Amino acid sequence: MSIGLHNSDIPNPVLRWIDQRMPVFTMMQKEYGSFPTPRNFNYFWNFGALAMVNLVIMIATGVFLAMHYTPHTSMAFDSVERIMRDVNYGWLLRYVHANGASMFFIVVYVHIWRGMYYGSYKAPRELLWMLGVVIFLLMMATAFMGYVLPWGQMSFWGATVITNLFSAFPVVGEWIVQLLWGGFSVDNPTLNRFFALHYLLPFVIVGVVFLHVVALHITGSNNPLGIEPKGPQDTLPFHPYYTAKDSFGLVIYFIVFAVLVFFAPNYLGHPDNYIPANPLVTPAHIVPEWYFLPFYAILRAVPDKLGGVLLMFGSIAVLFVLPWLDGSPVRSMRFRPIARIAFLLWTVAFFVLLYCGGKPAEEPYVTISRIAAAYYFAYFLVILPLLARLEKPLPLPESIARAVLGGGPLPGGAAAKPMEKA
Amino acid sequence: MAASGGATASEGTPRRDFLNLVTASFAAVGVGAVAWPFIASMQPARDVLALASTDVDLAPIAAGQAITVMWRGKPIFVRSRTPQEIEAARAAPLSELKDPATDQSRIQRDPWLIVIGICTHLGCVPLGQKPTDPRGDYGGWFCPCHGSHYDTSGRIRKGPAPLNLAVPPYAFTSDTKIRIG
Ligand code: HEM
Ligand code: FES
Repeated sequence: MSIGLHNSDIPNPVLRWIDQRMPVFTMMQKEYGSFPTPRNFNYFWNFGALAMVNLVIMIATGVFLAMHYTPHTSMAFDSVERIMRDVNYGWLLRYVHANGASMFFIVVYVHIWRGMYYGSYKAPRELLWMLGVVIFLLMMATAFMGYVLPWGQMSFWGATVITNLFSAFPVVGEWIVQLLWGGFSVDNPTLNRFFALHYLLPFVIVGVVFLHVVALHITGSNNPLGIEPKGPQDTLPFHPYYTAKDSFGLVIYFIVFAVLVFFAPNYLGHPDNYIPANPLVTPAHIVPEWYFLPFYAILRAVPDKLGGVLLMFGSIAVLFVLPWLDGSPVRSMRFRPIARIAFLLWTVAFFVLLYCGGKPAEEPYVTISRIAAAYYFAYFLVILPLLARLEKPLPLPESIARAVLGGGPLPGGAAAKPMEKA
Repeated sequence: MAASGGATASEGTPRRDFLNLVTASFAAVGVGAVAWPFIASMQPARDVLALASTDVDLAPIAAGQAITVMWRGKPIFVRSRTPQEIEAARAAPLSELKDPATDQSRIQRDPWLIVIGICTHLGCVPLGQKPTDPRGDYGGWFCPCHGSHYDTSGRIRKGPAPLNLAVPPYAFTSDTKIRIG
């Protein structure tokens, strides 16, 4: 690599002076200006940008909430009520933060679903996918600890139940739980460290998102056809085509967000969390936030403490190895008639789990959860590996340009050719 | 972001410029509207404003004595001035003052002088409340931080401070009681 000033072609002299010494403008131009992007994105490709915006919103509102929040068991609840009643626009900051967490999970679930439907996790994007799963895990940890902060009944009992999950592990379990608590029950030390970690983890997420984007910009984006662009005819510069498309999606996203915040700010929350934490009384029906319900249902589907915990963690861990479980070289489900149906059924199972997770742990929900949980795992561990061998995919289009600009798959020819190594 | 996006036909350019301008203006208004609640949230909250008045009983303060009370987190000097001190304050010619103000304009009832005990230079609390404190060359208060001298009306007479000690809003609620704020 040559040392010396970067050869910049930024027209503005001041910006060029900076760019020659620190080529961030060239980088932005390359990664977000002229970046070659498949020309056939649909709206599912908006959700990465939406997630990024959502993360920024969470950090902005969170930092301002933290200016008024007190992480002490005797003051936390009141400090949140003070935010709601006394702090200027405190209600807005808090409702945006609380509903922002829900929006974040909606966005990220769609984003993950997109990756699974269009096979974005497959080579060469395995690492990109795995970094995504890391972000998802960090988000769950962050949201869990955030929910503890207002120190209502659901905060306290949610924290108690979730930290106790770790007690299922033999030998080290009790030790881990004590480590999380900093005592012998969920109490002030727990609240204190959860606040510190809740403040920290979003910035860790920012770091992993950066790596996620670095990896993305090496492999380039996947697209609804799941075939690689073969040349300039298959791509468009990111700006203005996708900046515009992302902006449009962003407006829709803001409308949905605003409807939640201004018209139904507590719709996704639980009323019991407006009762101050009481370590002596457990609410009759404790449920986690909606975005954890599918995993909570898997936990409760298993009539064994350790088994339930392992299966719950396994339901996310399995995503890490998804690129190797699905050996089919065809990415997009559009060209996989059987896998497509299997995956849509998996989606149904996910929603069924989400529904059952919010219901009491009694029949028929337990049996339904078991069936759905079994299918959830069967899809990854049995169906996908088998289909990789057995399924005959539909013919792939010859190129993106040909598919979207007319022409479609070449009659006979493409189907007869060996499957394109997408 | 809103850089011109490669309009080639020349009649297309003004329209593209217009669209860019409209987009950028809407974005600017949007960012401003979003930023406002964040900034406003850092201003005093309603419970802070609710604590904004302080009642003081003047009866126990003897002539020549001073007490310090808290109002909005700030020290308030309440001084019962002796006749000599009042006379000294009224005798000072306005032309000699850095921040001209008559003594009468700074008080409501004799012998009470009520001022915010914060040096108008850089915010230290001046000395002079206790009998053993130095009171500066003019018998009022002396700020040890950078040497500002205030007179018996709390006016700046010497040193770097630009303004007189401020008079807080207050009212007599009875002959011997005031409410500050
Ligand atoms: C990944 C991003 C984040 C997520 C998913 C998240 C999630 C949450 C959730 C679910 C709550 C509970 C809301 C409620 O029911 O009241 C919460 C509360 C809180 N969060 Fe975050 N948060 C994030 C980032 C941050 C950041 C960066 C800060 C900065 C310090 C922060 C500070 C707070 C504070 C002070 C509370 C307690 C006040 C309240 O309950 O509204 N959060 N968070
Ligand atoms: S702060 Fe009082 S003289 Fe500088």
